[in-house]
Amino acid sequence: MGETIYWPSFFFLLCATLACAFAVAVLLATNIVRMAFYLVLSLSATAGLFFLAGADFVGAMQLMIYVGGTLVLLIFGVMLTSQERFVEMKTWSGDWVFAFLIGGMLLMILIPAAFSVPQWGGLKLADSESMVVQDTATPLGMGLLGARVDQLVEPPDRQEHSGPLQPGYLLLFEISSVHLLVVLVGAAYLARAKHKKS
Amino acid sequence: MILLFANLLTEPVGVAHYVTVGAILFTCGLLCMATKRNALGVLMGIELVLNGANLNLIAFGSPYLRNDAYSLGLDGQLMALFVIVLAAAEAAVALAIVLNFYNNHDSIDVDRADQLQG
Repeated sequence: MGETIYWPSFFFLLCATLACAFAVAVLLATNIVRMAFYLVLSLSATAGLFFLAGADFVGAMQLMIYVGGTLVLLIFGVMLTSQERFVEMKTWSGDWVFAFLIGGMLLMILIPAAFSVPQWGGLKLADSESMVVQDTATPLGMGLLGARVDQLVEPPDRQEHSGPLQPGYLLLFEISSVHLLVVLVGAAYLARAKHKKS
Repeated sequence: MILLFANLLTEPVGVAHYVTVGAILFTCGLLCMATKRNALGVLMGIELVLNGANLNLIAFGSPYLRNDAYSLGLDGQLMALFVIVLAAAEAAVALAIVLNFYNNHDSIDVDRADQLQG
């Protein structure tokens, strides 16, 4: 058993390496067009990580909204502003030293903290192989509509609160849709073409 | 910590591995925001930071990484969805501001944005 490769872990390693490597590439690249391209690859690898964690709907949304929408927007921004002198903008070398110092210290705190919790180490191999994969699109949609089909049974330590069950996310859903409308109208107003009087 | 990395290929990964990837994405994004002089580079750093946070939310909610009573469950995925939507809105507004700045100042160097300086 010890020598067989557990394939989900292999694909996790693949996607994680790609995501981290391209994130570092975004940081180190000086050409803005290359940074945008590396960011596309990093976010796509992150979508692969979402799929591997069982979040199929969120992974698909990551690919559609982030990679397909937000990054296309960013690339349009790059194209609209890419004059010759802005394509390559070097960072001062003193900034790099400070940045790597601070980033290294942050990672030295965060990564040991992540591995110091024993419950976060992962499932046993047998438990993991006996799990049934279920898709999440329907529970997510019902949760956004206010009905939590994944939590129909109230946990025992909440029995004394006689209020409603988990309330769901209908209000947040409405707020974010109105927020999107306001933001897009505002963005269109901000970015409108100015007619110069000349 | 060495033990956790030793059987990475033969054992299922856990929340800790996902959180590590999230931490690396977060740090890269943070340094991107701090060091880039191009305003669009700063925006890309923000996207990386949000993705690191999203990865953490997904990991804490996933039953395949940690299957006990303290898992976030579906809440993690719902919050990640909201983060994705709000990131799209944020990118649209920030891009509009950057384009406006570019039109007014003929530059996207964030160091040039010092009009409000006293």
